[in-house]
Amino acid sequence: MDIATFFQQLTNALSLGSLYALIAIGYTMVYGILRLINFAHGDVFMLGAYFAFYAITAFAMPWGVAFIVAIGLTGVFGMGLERLAYRPLRDSPKISVMISAIGASFLIENVGIVLFGGRPKSFPSIALFDTVVRFGSISMLSVSLFIPVITVVILGILLWIVNKTKTGLAMRAVSTDLDAARLMAIDVNRTISLTFGIGSILAGIGGIMWTMKYPQLNPLMGIMPGLKCFIAAVIGGIGNIQGAVLGGFLLGFIEIMIVAFLPELTGYRDAFAFVLLIVVLLAKPDGLLGKNQTVKV
Amino acid sequence: MKRNTILTIIALAIFAAAILLADSTLGRFTVRILNLSGIYIILALSLNLLNGFTGLFSLGHAGFMAVGAYVSALLTMSPAQKEMNFFLAPIVTVLRDVQLPFPLALIAAGAVAGLVAVIIGVPALRLRDDYLAIATLGFAEIIRVLITNAQTLTNGAQGLKGITKYSTTTVVWICAILAVIFMLALVRSSYGRTMKAVRDDEIAAEAMGVNVFKVKSTSFFISSFMAGIGGALLGHLITTIDPKMFTLMLTFNILLIVVLGGNGSITGSVLGALIVTILMEALRFLDMPMNILFIKTEGLPGLRMVIFSILLMAVVLYRQRGLMGNKEFSWDGFFGLFSRKDKAAKGGRA
Amino acid sequence: MIRTESVYMRFGGLTAVADLNIDIRKNEIVGLIGPNGAGKTTAFNAITGVYKPTEGRILFKGTDVTGAKPHKITDLGIARTFQNIRLWKDMNVLENVLVACHLRMNVGVIASTLHTPKYLAKEKHARELAMELLDSVGLADQAGEAATSLPYGKQRRLEIVRALATEPSLLLLDEPAAGMNPQESLELMEFISSIRDRYDLTILLIEHHMQVVMGVCSRMYVLDYGVTIAHGTPDEIRNDPKVIEAYLGVD
Ligand SMILES: Nc1ncnc2c1ncn2[C@@H]1O[C@H](COP(=O)(O)OP(=O)(O)OP(=O)(O)O)[C@@H](O)[C@H]1O
Ligand SMILES: [Mg+2]
Repeated sequence: MDIATFFQQLTNALSLGSLYALIAIGYTMVYGILRLINFAHGDVFMLGAYFAFYAITAFAMPWGVAFIVAIGLTGVFGMGLERLAYRPLRDSPKISVMISAIGASFLIENVGIVLFGGRPKSFPSIALFDTVVRFGSISMLSVSLFIPVITVVILGILLWIVNKTKTGLAMRAVSTDLDAARLMAIDVNRTISLTFGIGSILAGIGGIMWTMKYPQLNPLMGIMPGLKCFIAAVIGGIGNIQGAVLGGFLLGFIEIMIVAFLPELTGYRDAFAFVLLIVVLLAKPDGLLGKNQTVKV
Repeated sequence: MKRNTILTIIALAIFAAAILLADSTLGRFTVRILNLSGIYIILALSLNLLNGFTGLFSLGHAGFMAVGAYVSALLTMSPAQKEMNFFLAPIVTVLRDVQLPFPLALIAAGAVAGLVAVIIGVPALRLRDDYLAIATLGFAEIIRVLITNAQTLTNGAQGLKGITKYSTTTVVWICAILAVIFMLALVRSSYGRTMKAVRDDEIAAEAMGVNVFKVKSTSFFISSFMAGIGGALLGHLITTIDPKMFTLMLTFNILLIVVLGGNGSITGSVLGALIVTILMEALRFLDMPMNILFIKTEGLPGLRMVIFSILLMAVVLYRQRGLMGNKEFSWDGFFGLFSRKDKAAKGGRA
Repeated sequence: MIRTESVYMRFGGLTAVADLNIDIRKNEIVGLIGPNGAGKTTAFNAITGVYKPTEGRILFKGTDVTGAKPHKITDLGIARTFQNIRLWKDMNVLENVLVACHLRMNVGVIASTLHTPKYLAKEKHARELAMELLDSVGLADQAGEAATSLPYGKQRRLEIVRALATEPSLLLLDEPAAGMNPQESLELMEFISSIRDRYDLTILLIEHHMQVVMGVCSRMYVLDYGVTIAHGTPDEIRNDPKVIEAYLGVD
């Protein structure tokens, strides 16, 4: 492989990794706070893309407005999801909550099939993202450059919210000890709701950027990225935002690079994440950046 | 006591007669539902063993079913059939010429699925509860990817067609009844008690000398063995299989049955399998175009699954214990149901 | 019987147990006392294999059991109860004991499921043993009730019975008298010395109220902030200034 192709693949890996990272953050935040795998997160990601699609095609909004509306809607949707599917089960056994999450995921996917139709739709082209950019012999779509930049900006904002604001403090308190947080007069429900909102907004942004890069929409498009990003979050150390970013990039790089260097493995691409998950968990059960925790007896 | 034994024998006799006569008297649609229910009973029991009795949340069932379905299909097909199926690339020679009788192939299907489970279980069963769900889901996905890509072994994405239809009502229901009896015997035995102990409190179980890892592995093996058998029977019922059949959606259906019937209830899984299969087939019309009087609807693919998703969520949200809780059917309980109603009807004098 | 050699147990920066050296001979009843958070339960967890000691060795009947799996250790003959009761909540009283009997039944999954005659004989024996044990603490009448529906004191006794059902030679009891009134505690202590004689046991007993165990223990170890600050006979402990200081404001 020559150096140009390598750089080409590197930018690909960078943008895919950024997308994974964005979605993984949502998983990690929700897991950190509720110890819950939000199986429906990938479907929220799918909704983000569809909201943007309909805002542009059906409501003829300019793309900038459409994106903002779509992202807002996704956030609201995530909060609604928590309200309906998870909050009533907060004191139930973990298995019940997980089943509810799986049910919610299937529900969203199938309502998606009913409402949006099962056939894939193509996202309208947006010139800003669809331009071919050339650096010497490397050429790529501009969106591949935008994605990492947008991810870094969002990550900065997020870390600021979590580490510097009152809301962030409440989030950290709830994730350390929900009952203690309640005793300290933190509005636990509101905090959890906000966490879902923020996570879903990130998923929405991820979904929109994803369709910029891979402009095909279908109601099941969230399943695989969803699963992979959960894995990314686990690999990085679930509950840890930096870990989710690390896991996302790692996964993006591995997927792109293995396929680039060993094209005969292309058919197995969707299995890499799971193999990586198992390898990492066996070596470091709490993930790369996770804290080692022993259960108190 | 005596009354109950007699009642059981009578009920079983009626049931056996019904099964034996089903193929010749019932319509094709009804027989199909009957057979599917039988298979789903096996599958639901196998998932319930993990989920309800051992407390292991696994989402990998479709993977083990796929293994079973492929093993049995490949082992029963004649060399000529295999040649017809494998037109893109010839099948590996070892597999080309073997052809086993169906019962042996069925057992092989279970055994290979169980073996795969043991291999997977060694790393996966060390994981914490919800990681296990993701890891098993991941393994099922890996199995599917492997099947799709192993062209000379499985015929890849094209799948296998023309599998012999061995899954008659009698075969399916004998397997289903064996599965029920097996489960009852297992969960009521000393070993079954250790499984429940692992489910209720792993740390206490380990401290009381229960080898938790071994119990989990055993449960995982048995469950996957049954899933392999169920998958094989399914393949021999619908006679075509391909990797797309064995997605999370299939696992979801089984999970729905277990949850609806009641996690940890064998009776519940049986009832759940019957209800879900019947509903699943009865609501099939929703997905198809149809004419109602003068109104033509396009049919809404997905609507059926919307209903099932809502059903699943309704059960977890409003009736977590499902139909049966973790109780089992008994004649005393059955008659108790009526006498309690009697008492209620008499204005609660009792 | 059991000996720990410089056992340390650290969690991150916190040293929960430091340089623990206990040595208990056969048929002794020994107390492990100390204020809240002293590291008593952690010491139990290290001995029973729930935690792997950060440093040090644990010898049971002369063999090194450091870091062995808990079920292995139970198999070797160490049984325990839990401070925060851990009964199996979806099982009845009898079943709770029967699970513990499984260890010595020595039947696999196949014999169990097939209900072979050998299995049935063992199951019958286990049920008899379980009922006998339950009878000895006055729980035989409640054998069919849900374990967690029992009052607190009875749940504690059930935990002891469950531990006994594994047929141990060393019994570790974590605050068995917690939540009991003085009269009940006294009865419990009598019960504990009676099982020692009946089942030829060695017993290590955690308690944070010193008075409760003074009567039954021949010796005791006192922990404070993970450190063994004293050990000796009850009389020696009672007058030890370090112990008095550690307990000041607690008792
Ligand atoms: N798994 C763990 N992770 C972190 N810290 C732990 C863990 N287990 C125990 N500790 C800490 O170790 C210290 C000793 O706890 P331990 O439970 O052994 O005390 P104890 O003597 O049993 O107290 P009590 O009388 O309250 O039962 C405490 O500070 C506790 O918080
Ligand atoms: Mg303690």
